[in-house]
Amino acid sequence: MPAATETIDTVQSLTQSGYKWGFETDIEMDIAPKGLTADTVRMISAKKEEPEWLLDWRLAAFAAWEAMVEPNWAKVGYPKIDYQDIHYYAAPKRPAPKSLDDVDPELLAMYEKLGIPLKERAALAGVEGAGMEGVIGSGNPNIAIDAVFDSVSVATTFRETLAKSGVIFCPISEAVREHPELVRKYLGTVVPVSDNYFAALNSAVFTDGSFVYIPKGVRCPMELSTYFRINAKNSGQFERTLIIADDGAQVSYLEGCTAPMRDENQLHAAVVELVAFDDAQIKYSTVQNWYPGDANGRGGIYNFVTKRAACRGARSKVSWTQVETGSAITWKYPSCVLQGEGSVGEFYSVAVTNNRQQADTGTKMIHIGKNTRSTIVSKGISAGRSDNTYRGLVRILPKASGARNHTQCDSLLIGDQCGAHTVPYIESRNPTAKVEHEATTSKIADDQLFYCRSRGLSEEDAVGLIVNGFCKEVLKELPMEFAVEAQKLLAVSLEGSVG
Amino acid sequence: MNQSLHNGADAYLSRYEGLRDRLPGDAAIRDAAAAAFKAGGLPSMRDEDWRYTSLRALAETDFGEPLSMVATAPILGDAIDAPRLVLVDGRYQPDLSTPPVGVTVTPFSENPYFGRLPDTKRPMAALNTMLTEDGVQLHVAAGVDAGALVLLSLAPQGHRPIAFHPRHGIHLEAGAKLTVLEIARGEGAYLHNAVTEAVVAPGAVLTHIRLQDESRDAFHVNTTFAEVAEHGTYDAFVLTLGAQVARTEIHARLIGPHGMVHLNGAQLLGGQQHGDITTVVAHDAPNCGSRQTIKNVLSDRSRGVFQGRIEVARAAQKTDGYQMNQALLLSPQAEIDCKPQLEIYADDVKCSHGATVGELDADQLFYLRSRGVPDAEARAILVRAFLAEAMDPIAHDDARALLERAIEQWWEHRA
Amino acid sequence: MLSVNNLAARIDEKEILRGISLDVPAGQVHAIMGPNGSGKSTLGYVLAGHEGYEVTGGSVTFGGADLLAMEPEERAAAGLFLAFQAPLELPGVNNANFLRTALNAVRRARGEAELDAVGFLRLARTESKRLHMPDDMLKRNVNVGFSGGEKKRNEVLQMAILRPKLAVLDETDSGLDIDALRIVADGVNALRSPEFSALVITHHQRLLDHLVPDRVHVLSRGRIVRSGGPELARELEANGYAGVVADAA
Repeated sequence: MPAATETIDTVQSLTQSGYKWGFETDIEMDIAPKGLTADTVRMISAKKEEPEWLLDWRLAAFAAWEAMVEPNWAKVGYPKIDYQDIHYYAAPKRPAPKSLDDVDPELLAMYEKLGIPLKERAALAGVEGAGMEGVIGSGNPNIAIDAVFDSVSVATTFRETLAKSGVIFCPISEAVREHPELVRKYLGTVVPVSDNYFAALNSAVFTDGSFVYIPKGVRCPMELSTYFRINAKNSGQFERTLIIADDGAQVSYLEGCTAPMRDENQLHAAVVELVAFDDAQIKYSTVQNWYPGDANGRGGIYNFVTKRAACRGARSKVSWTQVETGSAITWKYPSCVLQGEGSVGEFYSVAVTNNRQQADTGTKMIHIGKNTRSTIVSKGISAGRSDNTYRGLVRILPKASGARNHTQCDSLLIGDQCGAHTVPYIESRNPTAKVEHEATTSKIADDQLFYCRSRGLSEEDAVGLIVNGFCKEVLKELPMEFAVEAQKLLAVSLEGSVG
Repeated sequence: MNQSLHNGADAYLSRYEGLRDRLPGDAAIRDAAAAAFKAGGLPSMRDEDWRYTSLRALAETDFGEPLSMVATAPILGDAIDAPRLVLVDGRYQPDLSTPPVGVTVTPFSENPYFGRLPDTKRPMAALNTMLTEDGVQLHVAAGVDAGALVLLSLAPQGHRPIAFHPRHGIHLEAGAKLTVLEIARGEGAYLHNAVTEAVVAPGAVLTHIRLQDESRDAFHVNTTFAEVAEHGTYDAFVLTLGAQVARTEIHARLIGPHGMVHLNGAQLLGGQQHGDITTVVAHDAPNCGSRQTIKNVLSDRSRGVFQGRIEVARAAQKTDGYQMNQALLLSPQAEIDCKPQLEIYADDVKCSHGATVGELDADQLFYLRSRGVPDAEARAILVRAFLAEAMDPIAHDDARALLERAIEQWWEHRA
Repeated sequence: MLSVNNLAARIDEKEILRGISLDVPAGQVHAIMGPNGSGKSTLGYVLAGHEGYEVTGGSVTFGGADLLAMEPEERAAAGLFLAFQAPLELPGVNNANFLRTALNAVRRARGEAELDAVGFLRLARTESKRLHMPDDMLKRNVNVGFSGGEKKRNEVLQMAILRPKLAVLDETDSGLDIDALRIVADGVNALRSPEFSALVITHHQRLLDHLVPDRVHVLSRGRIVRSGGPELARELEANGYAGVVADAA
């Protein structure tokens, strides 16, 4: 069993405990005062030197947000968020770097510590030092990275290489300036400003994020990746990502995130919009490793994210893969609106909760077009005193003849103080559609553990091994170098959950 | 603006005001229910528990009181050979009933007992508590096997529209056994809003089979609370054929180890019917099992709803819970909505649910036809086969045969 | 009995049958042999009226009537029987009920009186005994939990009860051990009469040792490339299809 041995090795190599990405970076910051009013929105727009239309768009979103109430249907509980007690803008003071060479050395050092290769030559040289576990793209020479630090993008690598094939990959604030026609055409068309409370908030105050455009027929020559880091105290991160794959285009996009350990909760409310045209394919992978709070549930990120893909073109395909190990609270449902005939939506998810973490995550597959297909594979692992909920919707509309969905939702409980919940919604209005849903809940069987331990594994290693096996169907969907890191991350997240 | 105007509660509350002093039993219990009902109102899709079924339409009809006299002997319809208890318009009719041996029958109007299981959170149960005037309380003493009885609820044509809210109780002492076959039939427009409390003591076995064949103009709401003690069994089956809007809600709670709950059911709907089966099985004790198989056959513009939740408390280790919900859509306008939920707080459990939605299998249909079975007959065979998994476990042969006859009839009327 | 004339058919735009002509006179058994993908099973499905296959040309008469104009159940009533290569499972459908419903539907269509439950069971028991089938197979759901061999025997039982004029056996021998093979062959042989014909689709010579055909046809790429007597099957067994198929190409 070479694969299993390898997993054991990687699990065993992790001798450190706890959250290893929790250090703070001391950088001179430009921070807006706390509070949120229409003037805050204007201030952000002015900082970004945005055109009039975008300011108007933000203000409309802000008005919508003010009229909305915070949703409470998810199976998560947290003290009321004071939206006036948050900094909505935080950026390193140094003027925006013109090239990678201009990036603040402090920042470069931080990313190096995180294992994110922002220097192209370093990236090309390969592996980059220690402390890289669980961080995306580390050591892979073939990944272009956009690094978002609090409210701004601090560096984007390999832009020239990408430009040669016509691919646009840049911070969204830059795209607003350089490609206004594209941004204006697609922004808010998948997730309208008033879609939900957190999406409206994001639309009003989003600061940065990534923009990707893959032109017709182009297969993106390298993996694209955005690395999100929240650093500043009492700040929120509100990033916005927009990816457009034109006819026949293909792209694989990875996202990762970490934050310092702090006692206060911090808000992360992102919006991701994907648009896929005829025969286009977007693969969107996330390893979410925001600070989860300590063992007693103090601190940690509130991760309230809206991710949605519009499969507008015939035979278009969007595949969401997520490994969710971080955050105090996760509220996230990456979805697909399957409009194009024969379009395909996929959702592969591993969500691990430990200690006092709460995750309410899942997907929506809306079948509109004929012969649309969707697959949902969700693996939830709860340990400690955490709660882990899968919530998903499969909706077949009357015109979606021949639509197919298969959903598999499995929950694993470790210990008897945690909760695992499954809340699927299945709605079908077309007789030729076939929907199948299966869900199971189980624990790690004692005889499985015994078998592993009788072969010399520690109980913790055995759990790591079994959990990785439980998640295999999802992990195999990740790009390879990502999958290895995700496996390690799973083991780290479950440290202290047994014994 | 008055909140109750908003939520459709007004007419019911003013009816309660008018009747309050004449209704039997503890007024404080009714007042508490009225307060709860006033706050929540008629259920609407804004309530997560009623996401797919709104009863706000009940506010649009002025349902009157049933007349107190039964003018003519009602048509009893198909039944089984067993003692029977008859209610007309929600009122117990001793003259039409044949009392069973081994079961003590107490009409609610004589001895108003509201039971002890919680109901104020459920708007329709609260409405029942507020307005109920009759029903039957069944009691089987310890160790007695009381056989089977039929509980027939009739709403024959007459003064319409009317609303009635019968309150039933079934109490089995330790080791007792009883099979109750409940049949609901009627004509014209009415609201039948029943609440049943079933208490199954240690080692007792209650088989609760229901045929809901109400008038196509009726609203049928039925809420059952069942509590099962150690080694007890609550074995329920419900067949929904009638009513324009039907909601069958079963809350079963396993409070002692080694208890068992079966909640099986089928809904066969046509026209513009709306049928909703909602179940909650709460495992509070270890080593209990629950099995649910619910089948939906939906034609024309009908809409089927299934919501089922399995709750497993921390203490309920070694729980074995299973739930399967399947739907056949026979028409392009039919719709199914289902929400099977697991809510698990114990780690050493085996819980699963499944759901499938689709049409009749084309290959199976071809196989049957290639053997000479005409298309319509082949479809009927496959639909019956589809239902078999839920029907077969019905242990009472006569009751099962009765349900099968009702299904045959449904199928013939449809064709 | 069966006359196939230049029959062409496709599934999902893919041409499978490209002009098949074949005559099976009453009382005769013909074998169809050929490599995988040659269209053997498609021929069976098209004759039985599977909606997944689109007939794009040609004609088929059965007992003088236009077979292709009939619904699947009308073909069965007219006396056509297809033994499926992979018999379907019908969970929840009792085998005896299924057989009786089918038999009575066919009898009704033929203007014969329906059999009551007792009469049917007598018939079914006799036939299943003859096929060495355990009694409980009648009580079980159609093909559910049946072994491969049991499924095939169940097909032959259905045939014995429905008494077709023409049986199309689609690889009924595949997956059978030698005893089961003999039972299946005996089941068909028992039906042999001047009024009964069979079209036996098979890969192997061995079934034809027990069920001796009058004619053997070799199918390749949707056409009959060679026809001959029983000796042709033995020649194929010895030399394989390559020679025959290549000759035709």
